[in-house]
Amino acid sequence: MIAIRGLSKRFGKKVVLDGLELTVPKGKNTVVIGGSGTGKSVLIKCAVGLLRPDAGEIRIDGQDIIRMDERELVRVRRRFGMLFQGAALFDSMDVGENVAFVLRRLKLYPESHIREVVEEKLSMVGLRDIQRLMPAELSGGMKKRVGLARAIASEPDILLYDEPTTGLDPIMADVINDLIISLRETIGVTSITITHDMASAYKIADQIAMLYKGKIIEVGTPEQIRTTSNPVVAQFVHGRAHGPITDESEEFVRFVSR
Amino acid sequence: MVRLAELLGERIYAMVLDLAAIFTLFVQVVSWAVRPPSEIRNIVKQMEEVGIRSMPVVLVTATFTGMVLALQSYAGFQRFGATSFVGSVVALSITRELGPVFAGLMVSGRVGASMAAELGTMKVTEQIDALVTLATNPVKYLVVPRVVAATIVLPVLVVFADLLGIVGGYFVSVHLMGANPYVYMAKTYQYLQFKDIYTGLIKASVFGTLIALISCHHGFVAQGGAEGVGRATTRAVVASSMMVLVSDYFMTSLMF
Repeated sequence: MIAIRGLSKRFGKKVVLDGLELTVPKGKNTVVIGGSGTGKSVLIKCAVGLLRPDAGEIRIDGQDIIRMDERELVRVRRRFGMLFQGAALFDSMDVGENVAFVLRRLKLYPESHIREVVEEKLSMVGLRDIQRLMPAELSGGMKKRVGLARAIASEPDILLYDEPTTGLDPIMADVINDLIISLRETIGVTSITITHDMASAYKIADQIAMLYKGKIIEVGTPEQIRTTSNPVVAQFVHGRAHGPITDESEEFVRFVSR
Repeated sequence: MVRLAELLGERIYAMVLDLAAIFTLFVQVVSWAVRPPSEIRNIVKQMEEVGIRSMPVVLVTATFTGMVLALQSYAGFQRFGATSFVGSVVALSITRELGPVFAGLMVSGRVGASMAAELGTMKVTEQIDALVTLATNPVKYLVVPRVVAATIVLPVLVVFADLLGIVGGYFVSVHLMGANPYVYMAKTYQYLQFKDIYTGLIKASVFGTLIALISCHHGFVAQGGAEGVGRATTRAVVASSMMVLVSDYFMTSLMF
């Protein structure tokens, strides 16, 4: 279980996270939704220790990762796998080397087994016989799947997905959705997904949390979120141009207020 | 006028911050370099990149530097009949100063740019974040091999640069200016001390460290897509070329 308490982070004068509270239950997929630039990425980067928050705590099975030094953090990070928005494959290495990267770094398998293990991980995301290809030769959807295979290579028990369906066609987006669900069901990982793709959120989520102005303003099952009475959440999940979010933001005022 | 002073102040402040960050990076590199596992495979790969691939450009530069040096000193020394000293001047200038400095400048341009661009691209495409999530420290995996390789390889490049610079000077003096080959070689050796050579090599080593550190730093702090990577690359080349010349002065004043 991951418990996030009072998490705050600012960049210069801009407050991105402002005392955020969120509980992520074990073995479930928690989807965090929110508009662009509301700090969703900052949230998961804090969770994996890529960013240091200014205040608050993030407890993973009771251990607060914010107060850990680099050495302890490295040990805890081995429990995490992360799928990046652009897949972030190492473009100087082929697919096989990408997936094998963490296996070789941590010497989890003898070198003679690595190819086999990599092939197995790739088959979990529905790919095979592509170990020799370079990332530049792959389509967007294949890159994401290789990224996912790389993230699950060291068998983490927590997976973080940064906009897993963004930039994919609807069919490939649904393939990724199915993969996320099947990973939760087959290896029972706890996961946090951030997205603004509501179709994906409804499909993969056990619980949905809405991030707005640096706080989680509502948490519920997909059904509860769909029928919410909170006007801010309702505007977001139904994708309306008019509502409290656009009324309050100067960014939108010029276009929407008249 | 106030605006100009403000702008200048900002620039100086940014430079101080950069220097502090580069120094911090250096400390991190040293502390990660000694911890297992060793990055020997990556170091060898970088040595090939920095050393073997920079060899042609460094050698051509050194040869022509030696040649033009011979030409110029010949023209100058002719005025007071001291052309027999051309060999000494070429040998001393190349080994003490021009060999290391020109090699440093060429490597700044070639290797500094490629390091900053590669690491900058990795930064803006989140590959560096990905390394961290894959149980790998980016400083250890990316910066340590580059700094170690550049530090080791630059002096090796300079040994060859020194040789070819002297050969270039010999060629111009003997074959174009008609100097006596025996006198020329005798004068080359006569005043050349071992110290001239090894201080040049120490300088080269420091240049290698500085170039790799500065370029990796600028790559690491790149942000804002392709344009940001371009800016990081430019900064890396400008800053490392400048640091080569500035540190050269201070090392020279300390060593001689």
